[in-house]
Parts: sequence; structure tokens; C-alpha cells
Amino acid sequence: MFDFLDSGQYDLLGAFWVTAQLALYSAIGSLVWGTALVAMRVSPVPLMRAFGTTYVNLVRNTPLTVVILACSFVLDQTLAVTLGGKDFEEVGFRLAILGLSAYTGTFVCEALRSGINTVPAGQAEAARALGMNFTQVLTQVILPQAFRAAITPLANVLIALTKNTTVAAAISAAEAAFLMKEMIENEADALFAVFGIFAFGFILLTLPTGLVLGWAAKRLAVKR
Amino acid sequence: MSGVAVSKNHEDAPRAQDDLVVLSGVNKHFGALHVLQDIDLTIGRGEVVVVIGPSGSGKSTLCRTINRLETIDAGTITIDGKPLPAEGRELARLRSDVGMVFQSFNLFAHKTVLENVMLGQIKVRGTAKAEAEAKARTLLERVGVAAQADKYPAQLSGGQQQRVAIARALAMGPKVMLFDEPTSALDPEMINEVLEVMQQLAREGMTMVVVTHEMGFARSAADRVVFMADGRIVEQATPEEFFNNPRSDRAKDFLSKILHH
Repeated sequence: MFDFLDSGQYDLLGAFWVTAQLALYSAIGSLVWGTALVAMRVSPVPLMRAFGTTYVNLVRNTPLTVVILACSFVLDQTLAVTLGGKDFEEVGFRLAILGLSAYTGTFVCEALRSGINTVPAGQAEAARALGMNFTQVLTQVILPQAFRAAITPLANVLIALTKNTTVAAAISAAEAAFLMKEMIENEADALFAVFGIFAFGFILLTLPTGLVLGWAAKRLAVKR
Repeated sequence: MSGVAVSKNHEDAPRAQDDLVVLSGVNKHFGALHVLQDIDLTIGRGEVVVVIGPSGSGKSTLCRTINRLETIDAGTITIDGKPLPAEGRELARLRSDVGMVFQSFNLFAHKTVLENVMLGQIKVRGTAKAEAEAKARTLLERVGVAAQADKYPAQLSGGQQQRVAIARALAMGPKVMLFDEPTSALDPEMINEVLEVMQQLAREGMTMVVVTHEMGFARSAADRVVFMADGRIVEQATPEEFFNNPRSDRAKDFLSKILHH
């Protein structure tokens, strides 16, 4: 049933490795961008708040496929933004990370905002009463507690992100779904096996994520 | 009735240059509620002022306006001769000189007791870590919770948490300490351990504004009692005068309710 894998024609591990890399880099990107977004959304500056709110509501309600295709067609093909990628695949890979981070950042932002809501107002008051400025209150007192409270929703976001990397196939990043498309065409007699392999591959990537972060959420919970 | 354990020159009126906190014509509304009405209050350096009054009289709000945790609608507040600045770097600097102790302790839940007392010193004052830790340990020793230094706030009793909160405020070397009902959230058997630390501070000459329901503390530690009702300061007097001879009906009524049962 799985004989077609022996041909050496398909680099399954390589494709999943690209998927894992896409997920990892986009996770880092969206964590950084999401944190910046949430800082804007809770900041005392009205312009920042307005930008954060508008961005989040615009981007999270746009289909990911649209975001990713826009990265390719608008950034690469119209504006020649290649992020230093040399060939078609590399440019696709880098633009996919940009698009995934821009999109997933909005969900990270909202997960963190729910985390911030678990931090009692008195924590920020005590920090302000000590003479801390907004940035210090946020980075020293609010965000460390918000992150710990938001681990479970952040795990959800990370799992969704890992699976969303498949959309990058649309702009030729050589990840798992891209290989799957190729295998579906070539191995039409083994469709169930092909789908099974990829479904299993993604479970291998995301199941441990959920388990580890679930454990971390309990371990790191702030006791009150 | 216990005598006044601490009495600091309330016979000679504090001179103008010794005024540390001055509120004049302060007004504040919460929506339709006029929570502070024409408040004039002067607190001298080294003075211990206890603010008492029924719930909803505005005494907590008054306390919180002094470091601008609550903004005011009208009037002026000056601390050490400087008017309270608007939100920003200046205000942060001023707040670092005004210690605040909350009813609900508000210790940073994700940091150990020691880190709680070090954080302000390091981030706001820019003190070196070793120096901040030494000072934190000394202060924790002073409030009697040195043994708990490496625990997290949730592992401590309420009384211990509040004493850590006092140490945290003292670590900034404040000019004045504000206490917003510091013992109201405590189990009865823990109230005294906190009041003792406050008594000790008063004896050492700290300027203190204390909003409380602890009449025993008011009698023994206060230089002056300020009685508030319905957003106004109704009466101010020395503790003996206030408790033995309240002048206003509102104060007589309040005292009769809390002292005789």
C-alpha cells in the first residue's frame, strides 16, 4: 500500500521539515507581532489603540489564502519584495512566513488580551504607584502574568498555525501540502494512503504541541 | 481608653514649609455622584493623619487622589510644594516618592516576596541588584517576614502579604505613605501584626495618611483624625478631642454606631 514511498521520488521528511520550519518561524513572528499589537491595543495613546483595533479586525477577518496570495502577487510580483529569497521556492517560503505572521499575530493578540483580562486591576495600580511607566507596568507586571494565563489559547493558535502552513503551498513553498498535491496527481491509486500519511504527519506535529503546552499551562499558572 | 502613644507637636500649628501634602478645593464626581466636595486638607511633614468615616464617604477616593490613581475634576493637590503633574514621566517620578498600601495587598503574583520588594528599586530607582536585595532583606526583616523571602505571595497569609506590601512601598524611600484600608481585608487575628508595623512607622516619624476603620489605631497613633461623610470633611481634631467630644452630629452618630454595641 505504501510501496510508492520506496521509489525515493518523494522527500516526505524534507517536506515536513519545511512545514515545521514554516510553523516555527511564523510562530516566533506572530508571537512578536501579536505582543506588539496587544501593547498597542491597551496603550494610553488613542492613535495606537485605533491602529491595533483596526489591524486586528481587518486581518483576522480576511481569509488566510487571500493574505498569502496577496503576499505573493502584490509584494513579490508587483512590488518586487522578495525578502532576499533567491529562487521561486525560497521567496515563497519567506513571504509565507511574513503572511502567516501578519495573520496569526491577530489571534495571538486577542489570546493575550484575554490573558490580560485575568490580571486584577490592582496589579497595574500597585506597579503604577511604585512609579513605573506604561512600558514597565506592561513588561514587568501585566504581560508576564497574561502570557501564563494565555498558554492554553496560545496553544490553540499554534496548532491552527501549524495546519495553516498548508496554505503556503499556494505560493510554491515546498512544504507538506505542496508535496501532497504532487502525490495525489502521481499516485491516484493510493489516495487513502496519501491522505493518511499527511494527516498522520500533522498529528505528529501538533499533538505534542498541545500536550506540552497543556502541561506548561498548569505548571506556570500564576497562583492568586 | 489607651493614651496617645504617639503625639507629635500638634499643639503648634505646622508651618507652611512643613506642609508636605496640600489639597485645596478638591472636587471629584463619579458620574452623578459628587464623591469629593471642596476638600481642603493639609498634611504636615511627619504627621500621621487618620481618615475615618462611613462607607461611601469618599475617604478611599481621597487617599487615591493623592498619588493620582484617581484624577480630580477641580482643585489642586501639591506634594512637597509641587503640584501633581499630568500622566507621564513626571507623575511616575512623583509616585515613586509616595508609598501606597492597598486594601487587597496587590503584591505581584508572579514574583517572589523578595522580588516584589526589589522590583521598584531596580526598575524605577535604577538601584544595583545586590544593593536592592540587601535593602529588601533588611526591610523584610523589619516587618517580620524575612523567613518568607523566597515564597510567592499566594503562599503567605493576608497579614504577611500586607506587611510585604508595606516593605515594598518603603523600599522606594517614600516621603509619605498612603494606607487605603490596609486591614479591611484581613482576618481579625492578623490585623494587629499589620497595625504594629504601622505603629512602628509612625513612631519613626513617617508621614502617613491612613484610611481605616481601626479606631484603636486612630486613638494611639494618629496626630489628627479627619472625619469624612458624604464626600466632605466634616470634622478634624486630635484623637482625644474627636473621640471624647465630637462636635458634629454626623460624627456623634457615626461614633455611637461603632463604639457602643
